[in-house]
Amino acid sequence: MSLTGLFLTIFLIEHLIGNLLVLLQDGGAAFETYSEFLTSNPYAYLPLRFVEAILFASIILHAWSGFTVWLKNKRARLTKYKEYGIAENTKFASRWTAGTALLVFLFLVIHLKAFFWNIRLSGEHVSGYTIAHQTFSNPYYTWFYVFSFIVLGYHLYHGFQSAFQTLGLKTKKYSTLIETIAVVFWCIIPLGFALIPIYILFHPTTLALAK
Amino acid sequence: MKLTLKVWRQKDRNDEGRFVEYIANEVSPDMSFLEMLDVVNTDLVKKGETPIVFDHDCREGICGSCGMMINGRAHGPGKGIATCQLHMRSFSDGDQIVIEPWRSTAFPVLKDLMVDRTSFDRIMRAGGYTSAKTGGIPDGNSILVPKPVADEAFDAAACIGCGACVAACPNSSAMLFVSAKVSQLALLPQGKAERVERVTRMIAQMDEEKFGSCSNTYACEAECPKQISVTHIARLNREFVAAQF
Repeated sequence: MSLTGLFLTIFLIEHLIGNLLVLLQDGGAAFETYSEFLTSNPYAYLPLRFVEAILFASIILHAWSGFTVWLKNKRARLTKYKEYGIAENTKFASRWTAGTALLVFLFLVIHLKAFFWNIRLSGEHVSGYTIAHQTFSNPYYTWFYVFSFIVLGYHLYHGFQSAFQTLGLKTKKYSTLIETIAVVFWCIIPLGFALIPIYILFHPTTLALAK
Repeated sequence: MKLTLKVWRQKDRNDEGRFVEYIANEVSPDMSFLEMLDVVNTDLVKKGETPIVFDHDCREGICGSCGMMINGRAHGPGKGIATCQLHMRSFSDGDQIVIEPWRSTAFPVLKDLMVDRTSFDRIMRAGGYTSAKTGGIPDGNSILVPKPVADEAFDAAACIGCGACVAACPNSSAMLFVSAKVSQLALLPQGKAERVERVTRMIAQMDEEKFGSCSNTYACEAECPKQISVTHIARLNREFVAAQF
């Protein structure tokens, strides 16, 4: 779970940098070039499909191992406490990792349907730039995305440092360093992602440009 | 002080168990929690009822025998104390106190508040002895151990095996206990020789006993009466990963 989790967080960096191109005021030219490279550059095609396969496998493995651990842990305490003061001893994000995971998964399904399916699998040639502007001009989509990024932030607030603990790397010496780098993952990256739908929602003129 | 106690009563392993309410009328704030239970038990005996069964021995926080869930907290409120070191001054007159046994599949309830913790013993046994022949009594300084390393090993060795880590953990994981036992030996030169076999066997036994998996909530560290740090869990994980190669 730690290894797949860390791989997925690394993917977030690439995904965010690429997606921020949507915000450039160039009618989507830069984003299209980036998009074209990802989908149809003949030299990058095979390596990128390979990485994509690893990415999907990581998501499935990460979710599966999370589910099996959750199931094992349920069996480890069959009789529940009448009074259980777990909230006094632990952080919210740590107690609700499985819950935030479920919400992130739900988000992934909706996100893949809205973007990946339409761009790559539907057979029609539509640009990601246009879809982004169409999708996020709908406030329901925008706020759902923003909410999901907050949830993702919570998931990573627990998950990032947790991965290092599981791998045995969160020693006294490196603990502060890990917690500091973690800020990038649980705060800055989700914030960056949230910026995109919010910006598009409040700048409907860019939608006209896209059309 | 007058207190209302809701205590888990269970006749034996197979009994369903239920909460029974008791009123403790004359509780002094200077009593320890176990002394308070002693007083309640004396009253029960006088009334011809079966006293509440709970584990206890040294009553000074070093044996690890006592342990119960008090108002949802392992060893009750307060940090770095076992149940025997909890005093009634931590409560107020008129309080209701819910007392439950440790809840874990690996710690079946034997009677009332007493649980079977032999799963911990089996993990220890799986760790094995240090089989190296030690010969005669060595000179005090013949094996050099740097002070910080010795301190770290001693911090781990402070574990009294009470089971509060398992009880407090939302997953009933025994990782803090196992990590303390693995750490105290893996850090020292005498224990290093058999570290690979030790960690492999102890982890296998831990899983066999049906303890849950660690999800790094760190509830164990917060409730440990000896305040053993979760950095020992990181060391255990490191030892385990290294043992795979």
